[in-house]
Amino acid sequence: MRDYITFLGRIWLLSWRGSWAYYAWMVLLTVLALVGLRSWSWQIVDGLSATGMTDQVSWGAYIANFTFLVGVAAAAVMLVIPAYVYKVKAMKDVVLFGELMAIAVIVMCLLFVTVDLGRPDRFHHMIPPFGKFNWPISMLSWDVIALNGYLLLNLHICGYLLYSRYNNRQPTKRFYVPVVFIAIVWAISIHTVTAFLYVGLAGRPFWNHPIVAPRFLASAFSAGPALLIITFQAIRRFGGYWIGDEPIFFLRKIITVALMINMFLLGCEVFTEFYSGTYHVASAEYLFFGLHGHDSLVPWIWSAIAMNSIALVMLLSPLTRKLGWLNVACVLLFVGIWIEKGMGLIVPGFVPTPLGDVVEYLPSVNETLICMGIWAAGALMYSWMLHVAIPIMKGELRANPGSD
Amino acid sequence: MTENGQPRTIGEGVKGISRRTFLKGSTASLVGMSGLVAALQPLLKLERGEITLSDLLQKHYKELSPNQMDRIVERLRQKCESEYGVVPNLRDIKPQDGVGFAYALNLTRCVGCRKCAHACIAENNQSRESADDISMSYIRVLELDKGSINLETSDQYYDAETVPREGKYYMPVQCHQCRESPCTKACPVNATWQEADGIVTIDYNWCIGCRYCMAACPYDARRFNWEKPKIEADQINPDQSYLSNRIRPKGVVEKCTFCLHRTREGKYPACMEVCPTGARVFGNILDPDSEINYILRNKRVYILKEDSGTDPRFYYFFDT
Repeated sequence: MRDYITFLGRIWLLSWRGSWAYYAWMVLLTVLALVGLRSWSWQIVDGLSATGMTDQVSWGAYIANFTFLVGVAAAAVMLVIPAYVYKVKAMKDVVLFGELMAIAVIVMCLLFVTVDLGRPDRFHHMIPPFGKFNWPISMLSWDVIALNGYLLLNLHICGYLLYSRYNNRQPTKRFYVPVVFIAIVWAISIHTVTAFLYVGLAGRPFWNHPIVAPRFLASAFSAGPALLIITFQAIRRFGGYWIGDEPIFFLRKIITVALMINMFLLGCEVFTEFYSGTYHVASAEYLFFGLHGHDSLVPWIWSAIAMNSIALVMLLSPLTRKLGWLNVACVLLFVGIWIEKGMGLIVPGFVPTPLGDVVEYLPSVNETLICMGIWAAGALMYSWMLHVAIPIMKGELRANPGSD
Repeated sequence: MTENGQPRTIGEGVKGISRRTFLKGSTASLVGMSGLVAALQPLLKLERGEITLSDLLQKHYKELSPNQMDRIVERLRQKCESEYGVVPNLRDIKPQDGVGFAYALNLTRCVGCRKCAHACIAENNQSRESADDISMSYIRVLELDKGSINLETSDQYYDAETVPREGKYYMPVQCHQCRESPCTKACPVNATWQEADGIVTIDYNWCIGCRYCMAACPYDARRFNWEKPKIEADQINPDQSYLSNRIRPKGVVEKCTFCLHRTREGKYPACMEVCPTGARVFGNILDPDSEINYILRNKRVYILKEDSGTDPRFYYFFDT
């Protein structure tokens, strides 16, 4: 126990060590996060009228970002599966970076849900025994369990592996390998359950079809690893930890396949909606072409489709065997999926309303600042975790430095 | 960290921290702390009593003892007086035994005058910008083209002065008090539920404002308090109940309750009383002699969005 407190103390001190560049980066993120916090404080005072949401479009940018990020968090399994199931050595070296990212991203998800609440002061109503949790009936209660469970699993895995390394001990397999395998299934489940939040609503035909969950997974497994590819290069450039090209090009294969499946499923969706042309096509029509003169999402969704298509062509060509082009493709598809799965999924679910009213949604400035603050907070958290984890992984921070 | 090519562990380094790190660290934390204070400073503008300890400690509606309920009602009464200048006759009214409410609306008779939507606002203390602002009304009246029931081409914003218009007919929509209610299934904290008489209610003191119920509702029946309700003292209806028309706090969802503060005490809903054409029929479906029972047995009844499997207690019917 005393050793563990010493460990935490050292981590704390280590957090403050770093170059001016490290300080500049962390200060920048902190400032952005605090701007977001201040905007959230205003929102608490003024109510959610500080956002662009209405009774007609009652979810917006918060839930859009939340949905997208659940996918990014789940995508850590694209490192875990090769590392633990197929025992790919190169992946085993970097798997921890993916799991740490999952932690930061899940925290972002929880923050996005929290800022969306009209009564954040009643948060405890979701926590038994203080509250009255509508489990197993409400899909949202499943999602609360899934997300927090995934957070705990990853905290355990990362914490245990890092602490073992710090103590220069070989980690005991039975303390973490079973947890890793649970986490694999759990990762799939967080994104499936998040999809079911929407799929389960019979009153919203745009969401109420079974392809949403598989499509969520496909888009997640391209956007998440794309972010990891860029992160790996940032780590080896600025983090002082060498990551070879092998894991990067391994992930390239994964995102190529996942993006192909995603585009295929999009095609299935578009065909079903437009060929049969029932009343239910209205939302898709709004998204892709505009409805009764309302078309604010149209440029967004077509840019998203263009970005994803260009990224796919690039990934299939030998061009992206060069890191520079690969990065371009990764950025394109990350942004493309962020649009398509964020606003492109959430907003059309509400347009038109179940009674046929068409009301458009545009996030307010305050709402946008809160979103930016949460992204900054996530980046801050991940940077900090890397800053303390890398010296431990490299063996620079040890309980007994002279022992090996 | 290597210095002059000599590997050195941080473990040694962090035993004592350098003056430079100390200075950098303490400056950064100082700036950070003042930034945090600045970020939270808007919270000082929160109204007094907006979040109280007794609110935070309140139990779920179904677990409250009569004594606890009395105290909560007393608190809400005082709050209404201090914030809105009106002492309400506020009480918690329970459902009656042997009663199951249902509502039927005669589409042949409705002329789309929107009097029901206005009566709803006058009765239920919703927020409003002006006396005739019905955006928070629980009733939305749709103007539809004759020849089909296509909600997609409906218009909610038609001019009610000129109704009924040629080639149009009108369909008021409000909470359908579904027996298989998607909203109560969605709620993660059981803040909304179906009562014994079939009315779906919300405890405004328990709702966390996640709005999942609004996404779930196929009838667009739920409204959210995006800000603290605005309502002038002379427009407040003092006849209030805990689960229906008391003035809502900011950040919670509300909806039609079939005016349970009236109907559970033997009166008709406000929207029915005001209807000039007698298009609305309300009553106890369990009473075999009631008019509603007769209509459901003998008329051509239409159920809106029957395909969503909600089995509502709100019906439309045709005379001719």
